[in-house]
Amino acid sequence: MSATAGQGGSGAGAAAGAHRGMSEHGSAHGGKGTETAPYERVFKGERLARLEWLFTKYPTKQACLLPALWLVQEARGWISEPAIGEVAEVLDLTPAYVKGVVTFYTMYHTHPVGRHFIQVCTTSPCNICGAEDVMKALLRETGCGDLGATSPDGRFTVIEVECLGACGFATPILVDDDFIEGVTPEKVSGILQRYQ
Amino acid sequence: MTEELVTVTIDGLQVSVPKGTTIIEAAKQAGILVPHYCYHPSLPSPAVCRMCLVEVEKAPKLMPACVTAVAEGQVVRVDSEKAKKAREGVLELLLINHPLDCPICDQAGECELQDYVFQEGRAGTRYSEYAKRFSPVEDFGPDVLYVPNRCILCTRCVRFMEDVAEDPVLNVSDRGDRAYIGISSEQLLDHPWAGNVVDLCPVGSLISKDFLHKARAWDLDKTASVCPGCTQGCNITIDTRDDIVVRLRPRPNLEVNRHFMCDYGRMNYRWLNRGDRIEAPLVRDGGHHVATDWDTALDRLGQLIRGTSGSAVILATGRASTESLGLVRRMLDRISVTAVVQVPSGEEAPLAAVPNLALRAERTPNVTGAELVGYGSDWTAGLLELASAGLVIVLDAELSQSDLDFIAQSPASVVLLGTIFPEELRNADLVLPITTMAEENGSYVNRDRRIQRYNQAKSQPGMARPAWWVAGEAIAGPGPSASAPATAAEAFELLGERWPVFAATSYDDMGFTGRVLMEPAIASGGSKSARVGTL
Amino acid sequence: MGYPHPSHPKENPVLSKHFGDPEARTYDGWVKRGGYEGLKKILRLTPEAVIEEIKTSGLRGRGGAGFPTGLKWSLMPKADGRPHYLVCNADESEPGTFKDREIMRWTPHGLLEGCAIAAYAIGAERCYIYIRGEFTDPYKIMDQAVEEATARGALGDNAFGSGKRIEVILHRGAGAYICGEETAMLNSIEGKRGNPRIKPPYPAQAGLFGMPTTINNVETLAVVPHVVMRGGEWYKGLSLSNPKSTGTKLISVCGHIQRPGNYEVTMGTPMKELIYDMCGGMRPGRTLKAVIPGGSSVPIMSAAEAEDCLLDYEGVVAKGSMLGSAGMIVMDDTTDMVYQIWRLARFYAHESCAQCTQCREGTAWTTRILERILAGKGKQEHFQLLLDLSDNMTGKTICVLSDSCAAPIVSGIQKFRHEFEAYIQGAREPALAAV
Repeated sequence: MSATAGQGGSGAGAAAGAHRGMSEHGSAHGGKGTETAPYERVFKGERLARLEWLFTKYPTKQACLLPALWLVQEARGWISEPAIGEVAEVLDLTPAYVKGVVTFYTMYHTHPVGRHFIQVCTTSPCNICGAEDVMKALLRETGCGDLGATSPDGRFTVIEVECLGACGFATPILVDDDFIEGVTPEKVSGILQRYQ
Repeated sequence: MTEELVTVTIDGLQVSVPKGTTIIEAAKQAGILVPHYCYHPSLPSPAVCRMCLVEVEKAPKLMPACVTAVAEGQVVRVDSEKAKKAREGVLELLLINHPLDCPICDQAGECELQDYVFQEGRAGTRYSEYAKRFSPVEDFGPDVLYVPNRCILCTRCVRFMEDVAEDPVLNVSDRGDRAYIGISSEQLLDHPWAGNVVDLCPVGSLISKDFLHKARAWDLDKTASVCPGCTQGCNITIDTRDDIVVRLRPRPNLEVNRHFMCDYGRMNYRWLNRGDRIEAPLVRDGGHHVATDWDTALDRLGQLIRGTSGSAVILATGRASTESLGLVRRMLDRISVTAVVQVPSGEEAPLAAVPNLALRAERTPNVTGAELVGYGSDWTAGLLELASAGLVIVLDAELSQSDLDFIAQSPASVVLLGTIFPEELRNADLVLPITTMAEENGSYVNRDRRIQRYNQAKSQPGMARPAWWVAGEAIAGPGPSASAPATAAEAFELLGERWPVFAATSYDDMGFTGRVLMEPAIASGGSKSARVGTL
Repeated sequence: MGYPHPSHPKENPVLSKHFGDPEARTYDGWVKRGGYEGLKKILRLTPEAVIEEIKTSGLRGRGGAGFPTGLKWSLMPKADGRPHYLVCNADESEPGTFKDREIMRWTPHGLLEGCAIAAYAIGAERCYIYIRGEFTDPYKIMDQAVEEATARGALGDNAFGSGKRIEVILHRGAGAYICGEETAMLNSIEGKRGNPRIKPPYPAQAGLFGMPTTINNVETLAVVPHVVMRGGEWYKGLSLSNPKSTGTKLISVCGHIQRPGNYEVTMGTPMKELIYDMCGGMRPGRTLKAVIPGGSSVPIMSAAEAEDCLLDYEGVVAKGSMLGSAGMIVMDDTTDMVYQIWRLARFYAHESCAQCTQCREGTAWTTRILERILAGKGKQEHFQLLLDLSDNMTGKTICVLSDSCAAPIVSGIQKFRHEFEAYIQGAREPALAAV
C-alpha cells in the first residue's frame, strides 16, 4: 500500500491519542515549554503581512485556511499541533476544525519529514512505464528503505503519490518544489546529488 | 398565511404535505419510515450515508429522500426492488468493518444498524477474507467514549457540535476508509450539551461512560417525563431497569427542546434512586416518631391544620408538581399563608443554534407552576415569617442548617411532606412520606408557561404517596370521600377550580408535549407582582 | 511549435501553437502573438453578446463532462448586486491527463485572457484559479503572469480602461484528486475539506461563498479568446464528424507509445491516426492491447474498439467509453491488465473523500479483492462480487468518484476476463504478496 494510505487505517486512532498526550507540553498559547522549546509563532513579521494580504483576497477568513497552512509548512517544514492551534486562532476557527482539513489534504505533513521530500508518481500511466522501479531506486539510493520513512541522515523522505499530472513525461517526481520529469532508475543517483 | 400543499404517492399511499417538504418527512406523514443514518430532523442533511435512496418515478437514478423535496404528483417507491437492493448494498458495506460486538455493545437493542440489517440486510458477509479495521477506543470527554470500530461515519456528532452547539471540537479526519471522527488535542468534548452526540449516534460508536455496560436496552422500561433539572422543561424519557433509574434521555418536542437535553439534566437522576427514603407516615410521640397508617396520619394532619392559630408557612421544593403545590396551598386556604418555593441557581448554558433552548439559571422545574398557585420565590421572606407562624409545612425542600435553625426557633408546629427525613427535623410533629417525580404522575409549568405532564416511571417506596394525594385527602376530610382526587388528572381539575388559568385545559388536552397556559393568568389565584405569595 | 514534439501535420494547433516557446509566456511575447485582443474586443460588447458567440461556437466543457459552455454561462443570474464568481479548474489530477499543465506552462496569458473574458460575460469581478498543489512550476508561471497582466492593466480595477474590475487570484490545492470535482473545489477554496456538495443547489444558484458561480476547466477558458477573435462560426466549423463536437481538442497521450505528449486535433479525428501516425505507434515489436481514452475514470477500450474510434464526445461513447478529459492511456501487449486495474482502484480508494458509504468502503474493498486475485488467492466468486460492488458503486453517490472506480473494473472484467482467470487458476505467477 502507499505510504499516504498507510498513515490512516489501524494507526489513526492511536496516532490521535498520542498527539493528545504530547500537547500537554509546549502548547501553542503561552505554554510553559519546560520540556520542549516554547512555540514560536509563524504569523509574525513578513508572514503575518502575507496573511493579512490574503485576507483581502477572500470574503472570509476561513477561506485563507489552505494558503495559511502552506505558509506554516513553508516556515516549519510540517504542521504541528501547536501550529494548528495558531492557524485556528488567527482564522477564528477551532483546532479540531483545522485538523480535519489538514488531514484531508495529503500534501500537508502532520509529522516532521526529511530535509528533502520526494514524491514519486506510481499511478497507472506511470506504473506501466516503470514507475515502481524508479520508486525502488529512490528508496534504495536515499537509504529510506520504506515509503514514508526518513533516511537515517535526515536528508530524505520518499512517498508514493497518486498521479502528478505529467503522465506523458513518465516518471515524474517532485523533490520539494522541483518537478522533475522523465526519471528513470538510472537517473536517480544523479538527481539526488543535487539535494544535500 | 396558508401553506401550499403538494400531493405525492409514496408506496401507494397518497399524502399531502407543505411544498418544500423532503421525501423522508413526507413518508413519515404517510407512516413510512425510510431507513437512514446521516439524516436527523434537527441537523443539516449532508446526504452521505446513501441509505435513504428511493425510487422516484421518471428520475434516472435513485434519489436521496433526505434532501429531495417532494413535487406535485410525484410517485415514490421506498419498497421497490431497486431501492431495497441499494439499501442492502449500503448495509453490506457498513458491516464489512463493523465489529459485530453487539453482545458487549450498549447500543444493541436500540441500534439502527442492527435494526436495518435485521430488516433487510444480507444473511452473511462476503468480507470474510480480510481482517476488520481496528482502532482503539478514545476518550472524548467527561462522559463520552468513541469506539471507532463501530463508527459508520454518518457525521451526526460532527454536525451537532459544529452546527447546533457551534463549538466544533469534533471533525472527520483523514480520507477514504481510513477516515475517523477526530478531536483536537487541545480540546475536549465537554460542552454542556455534548452528551447529545451519544443519543444522535445511530450505532454504538459514541457511548456514555455513565451508562457503560449498565443495562441492556431491551431490559429497560421507558417512561415519558419532563426533566426536573431547570425551568426549560425539556421533554425526557426516564429509562429504568428493575425499578432503578439508569439514564435520562431527551424526548422530542420541537417547541421546547427539539431532540436535545443538556448534560446537567441528563446526569441529574441519582437522587431518584436513593434508598434512605421515608416509607411510612410518622407521628411524634414524645421524643421519638412512631410509624402509623395513613388514616391516623391524615387525622393528625387535619387536627394540626384546624388547630393552627395565626399564620402558616409552606417551604416547598421547586421539583414538586403543580398539583402538589396547588393542593398543599389549598389545604391551608382558611389560614393566612406565606408560601415559598426553593430555587437553586447555576450558570445559564444555551444551545447556540436552537432559539430559546438553554440550561436555565433556575435549576428546578416548576418555578412558574409554583408562582401560578401562589408561591413566591423569595426563600428568606418565607423563613422570616416562621417567627410568628403557627404551622410550617415543609414540602420536600432541601433544608440548609440556617433553614433548620429558623424552623427550630419557630413556635410553629412542623409537618414534613418529604422523601427524606433529615436528622435535624426530629422535632417534626408529623412526617408524611411522599413520592418523587419519578414515582408519580404530575405536571410542571416551564418558564414559557407550557404545562407538561410527566408519568410515573418507578414504584413508590412503602406507603409513600404523591403530595397532591395527601393534600387532596386532607382537603376532603376524614372518611371515604368522592371529592378526594384519585389521580393526578383529577388533582389537576381541582387546581382549575381555584386558579382559573388552569381551568381551560386538562390532562388529555396537554397530551405528551404540553400546552401553553393562556392569559388571564393568575387573576384570582394571586397577585402577579407579589414575589411572596402571601394571600 | 508543440511540446515536447513539434506539431504533427495532422494536428490542428490552436491552443498548442506556442507550446515550447518560452517567449510566449511573457506579457509582451503574448501580445506580439495577438494576445489580449480578444479581451479588448469583448470589453466593448455586452456580456450577452459574448455568451451568444460562445453558444454559436458549440464549445463544450473540456474538463470531462462536456457541458455546453455558452449555456453554462447563460445560467448565471443577471446582475443582482451580489458578487458573482468565476472559478477556473486547474486541479488537473485525472490519471492520464496533463493538458492543462501545458497550457499553464506555455500560454499563461492565454488562460488569463480567457478567464477575464468569461468573468466579464458572467458578471464576475473575481476569478479564482484553483491549481493543484503538485503543479509547482505552472503555479509560479501563472503567478508571474497574473502579476504582469495586472501591472500592465489587462487585469485589475480597470481592465484596459474599460472601468471593469477583473481580479484573478491563484488558489493552491494541497493534494486531493477530488477537488477537481467542481463543488469539492468550491469547498476547498472556502477552507473546508474537499467534499463534493449535494446538487441542487447548482453553483450558478449558490456556489462559492453561496454566490452565483461558474466553474470552467483551463482548456475551456483558454479556447475562449480564440473563439472571440475568430468567431463562433469558425470554431463550429472545426468538426470532422458530429456537429455537437466542435473545435479542436488537446489529447494527452501517455503509456506504451513512441511519442507521448499532447496532441491537438480537430474533433472527429480517428484515434487510429493519433496513435499510429501522430504518436508514432507502439514500441517496436509491440501491439496495442487497450486504451483508456478519457482519463482513468472511463471504461477501458479494447484495441479493436480503439482503432475504430473517432475522437469526439459521441465517437467515444459509440465505442462504449467516454471522451472525459481526453487523457489517453495506451497499453500494449506487455500490460498486466489486472495489475493496472488494481492500481487504478487503489488510486480511487486513496482519493475517496469518505462521505458516501458506497465510495468510502466500496473503493477500498474492491482494491482488496483485486489485491487478493493478484496474490493468487482469487476465486471464481470474486467476479460476481466485483460486479455486484461495482453496481452498488455506480449512480448512488454524491459525485462520480466511485463510479469512476467501478468503470475500469467492469470493463476490465468484460474485456480481459482471461487475465483474471489466469491469476485465479494459478496459470500466472502471483504479482503481489498475499494479503
